[in-house]
Amino acid sequence: MLALLLRDLRLATRAGGGFGLSLAFFLIVTVLVPFGVGPEGGTLARIAPGILWVGALLSCLLSLDRIFALDREDGSLDLLATAPIPLEGVVAIKGLAHWLTTGLPLTLAAPVLGVLLNLPQSGFLWLTLSLLFGTPALSVIGTFGAALTVGLKRGGLLLSLLVLPLYIPTLIFGAEAAKRGAEGLATATPLLMLAGITAGTVAILPFAAAAAIRVNLR
Amino acid sequence: MMLSVQDLAVSRGGITILDAVSLTLQPGEALVLRGPNGIGKTTLLRTVAGLQLPVSGRVELPPEGAAYSGHADGLKATLTVAENLTFWARIYGQRDIAPALKAMNLETLADRDAQNLSAGQKRRLGLARLLVTGRGLWLLDEPTVSLDAASVALFAEAVRAHLKRGGAALMATHIDLGLEEATILDLAPFRAKTPAPGQGGGFDEAFA
Amino acid sequence: MSIWEYANPKKFMQTSSWALPWVTGLAVLTLLTGLVWGFFFTPDDFRQGSTVKIIFIHVPSAMMAINCWAMMLVTSLVWLIRRHHVSVLAAKAAAPIGITMTLIALFTGAIWGQPMWGTWWAWDPRLTSFLILFLFYLGYIALWEAVDDPDTAADLTSVLCLVGSVFALLSRYAVLFWNQGLHQGASLSLDKEEHVADQFAHPLWLTMAGFVLLFVTLVLLRTRTEIRARRLRALEARERMA
Repeated sequence: MLALLLRDLRLATRAGGGFGLSLAFFLIVTVLVPFGVGPEGGTLARIAPGILWVGALLSCLLSLDRIFALDREDGSLDLLATAPIPLEGVVAIKGLAHWLTTGLPLTLAAPVLGVLLNLPQSGFLWLTLSLLFGTPALSVIGTFGAALTVGLKRGGLLLSLLVLPLYIPTLIFGAEAAKRGAEGLATATPLLMLAGITAGTVAILPFAAAAAIRVNLR
Repeated sequence: MMLSVQDLAVSRGGITILDAVSLTLQPGEALVLRGPNGIGKTTLLRTVAGLQLPVSGRVELPPEGAAYSGHADGLKATLTVAENLTFWARIYGQRDIAPALKAMNLETLADRDAQNLSAGQKRRLGLARLLVTGRGLWLLDEPTVSLDAASVALFAEAVRAHLKRGGAALMATHIDLGLEEATILDLAPFRAKTPAPGQGGGFDEAFA
Repeated sequence: MSIWEYANPKKFMQTSSWALPWVTGLAVLTLLTGLVWGFFFTPDDFRQGSTVKIIFIHVPSAMMAINCWAMMLVTSLVWLIRRHHVSVLAAKAAAPIGITMTLIALFTGAIWGQPMWGTWWAWDPRLTSFLILFLFYLGYIALWEAVDDPDTAADLTSVLCLVGSVFALLSRYAVLFWNQGLHQGASLSLDKEEHVADQFAHPLWLTMAGFVLLFVTLVLLRTRTEIRARRLRALEARERMA
């Protein structure tokens, strides 16, 4: 299992691994927003938590189809499915690797981008915390979506269509926590809900994803 | 016993293609599946490997018994030969990759990226993967594709050594490996009979 | 004689071909009676005028939008557990009906909402939930369309339906939380059932029954089509093999 994690991390950081692409996408989306809504600081401050959450979510979406598609193409997925580690474990590790290479960097970059959007002082801590609690759920849900579409030639668009509705609860609680934090309100409830969603998805979705992969490999 | 298949029926795309296949493999035995393209060699191997569910019949093999090798080698282009092999060794709980590199004559290529290998070299690396699994039964789908004569001999030698160690192999191949201990199983007689449309085909049969 | 007998495609085709005319007739009768009664023989609301009468389409379609997903969940589970083809084909057949019901509910809601609230759309929890339900239907149908092998598609969509149900429920609660959290100025109450007077309630019950029957009719019809398409596919594949 550790070997798989290390391999995926190594692959992501080597040439063509796509590491940093989502981060760059996140940056560009955030930079584009003021051009769309105007440079007025008050407006930006008000929408900053939501924009950063939506931006992080879209950046996360960008790299989802790589999770299984590459392994499927070169035959690794067949071999992993017949290997002595459970497929549920493979899925969980893949999700973890995706979070380490996408969710975690996004979380760390978000405060910097918050400065660009004039995020209020009080909001930085809560934005980072909400992303830290929420992005693992994004990765795991995305892994499930990637497992559903792994057998398809051009599954990328379908993957977005399937995954985005599943992201709604995470987005609502995550953005709400960040927003309340920025307004100086209590954030405990949305943060706890967010943590609950993450815990629940991490516990259950790998089983559904593994089932989907088995179906797709038949 | 390494493998026992009883009365197995397998399907591809929802249609049963092979029916009533029975075979057994004891340690030290090799069985070569023969038959024209599309008869179902790959499907049979995938079913035995557990990637696919049989339509009917039973596949019995000891737990953690088999290592499967398909058409694709499962290599990562940006990892070196040694890294690729080490990964699979660790997945199967093994440590030492040196004997496998040696057996497949890959020692000099160990630090080269897999993307810079020729097709035959990649295939050899894919076969070296079998050696690091430590599994008794090898399920090989066209293992000799894109190998030159010398590499085929190398591979035959590896299989022979595997059989000597008490292993077994079930493979689909068109090339004569020069393995005199191997038995050949022609799959043509097991081709599933297709009932003519409209004959005895209630909704039930014409459905799956 | 067990209920699973109807999971046999042949038996299902026989039974449904016998039942279909009756169900269709009953659906037309109930729906027509309910709608005519509702549209022409109920008084105008003292506040809402005649616009209130859209309730006879809006409420039943909204109910069916949710019930249809519930039916798909059950039939998907039956497929995953008992591997009855008819069951999953019924789920496939129901999805387009469900998404249509969702759309009808959304549109009639907008038409009703415009004169009442002065807006076509508001991010009210209930409205938002239906929009989300629409997205779930969309994903489910798209997955069916995308996967070529019918059994693979059946398995994948069933898993999606299961997971989607959990997330749809979760979204519902998240949306309730979110709207409170936003402190929107005018909160629009949609609890109309509580205010409905008896003279509206009776035709409303009838149209709801009518929509259920209509749904059953359409699902039976579409499931029969799906079964035939499936059989055709199998026969063609056989022809190629022979």
